[in-house]
Amino acid sequence: MIAPLPLAVADGSSLSLAGALGIGIAFGWCLERAGLGSAPKLMGQFTLRDMTVLKVMFSAIVTAMLGLFWLSWLGVVDLARVAVPPTFIGPQLVGGAVFGAGMALAGLCPGTSCVAAATGRLDGLIVVVCFFAGVLGTGLAIPLMAGFYESGSRGAVALPAALGVAQGTVTFVVVAGALAAFAVAGRIERAMAARVGRVRP
Amino acid sequence: MRALDEEAVIPSEVEGSALTTVKRYADPYLTGVALGLVLLASFVIAGRGLGASGAFATAAATMVRGVAPEVASRNGFLAVHLDAGGLFRDWLVVEIIGVVIGGWCSAALAGRLAVRVERGPHAAVPPRLWAAGAGGAIMGAGAVLARGCTSGQALTGGALLSVGAWLFIGAAFGAAYVVAYLTRGSWT
Repeated sequence: MIAPLPLAVADGSSLSLAGALGIGIAFGWCLERAGLGSAPKLMGQFTLRDMTVLKVMFSAIVTAMLGLFWLSWLGVVDLARVAVPPTFIGPQLVGGAVFGAGMALAGLCPGTSCVAAATGRLDGLIVVVCFFAGVLGTGLAIPLMAGFYESGSRGAVALPAALGVAQGTVTFVVVAGALAAFAVAGRIERAMAARVGRVRP
Repeated sequence: MRALDEEAVIPSEVEGSALTTVKRYADPYLTGVALGLVLLASFVIAGRGLGASGAFATAAATMVRGVAPEVASRNGFLAVHLDAGGLFRDWLVVEIIGVVIGGWCSAALAGRLAVRVERGPHAAVPPRLWAAGAGGAIMGAGAVLARGCTSGQALTGGALLSVGAWLFIGAAFGAAYVVAYLTRGSWT
């Protein structure tokens, strides 16, 4: 069966950039609608008072994952032509931990800080500016830690191949894990609301 | 933009007040499914997912190339983020400009545009801004090492079942919970 998608549009062409702009607008719209342009709202996830981050993120991951799984099964999308981020084990564990620590201090992540700044939040604007400085400074310092930066390279490896199980099995486990996390999140929110003494909708 | 009280942007507290034009935030599951469909559309149309830090990396690489071209081309991180067509023909840069436009439009239509510094109920403005700056810079270091952020790694890589993305999700959430606990006084 022929898999016509993704569209074969040249990188950097006006058509491709029009798509990028449209997708970006929809992305920013979703983040703002969910309240994720707000640092106190986002930090509710990490003070256990408001699990919006988990709910939004895992519903999004499950939706896109299932959509791609079915579209590829129907032969509409050629999965081989969808870019999978490459794995570098050590740098992604260490970088992830550094990133998470910074995110809890900033109260925002890079994408949501753009929404925060765009909607008048000065704390968001400072996160944007300092995030850029951090990327620039660390980027310039990469030659000093090139050995670590390039270590643990596994290429564009996905969980089914790495674990030696069928893609459908991993997909099912992620969906089940997300549903369980949603149930736990609701319980934690209710327990914390009772403890803090104010009921949230 | 107009200045609002800090409290006024907490949706549950503005209902029935004078600021009835400020809408409450949408249901997280509904918004999450919508965001998932946007991500799916990106996979299907462009063959790639969403991103944020990559746009900053391209801006940084373009800036370095303007000052010292040989430094940019010899740097393993900056070189891969240079776009041959220039900064504003880079897919992620244009996408992030879209994020700013989309975020602004959504907030404008919901009456949520206001110049303010958002912080915890007992936090003062200067410490909040220092934490925002320090946190932003540390996040920048992490995003460079991890080759992505919550958008390019967690959302995109997560949906594509990338091994590195799921390691990133675990490490980032774990560290965020530890730091949030140590600094809990600034948010609760």
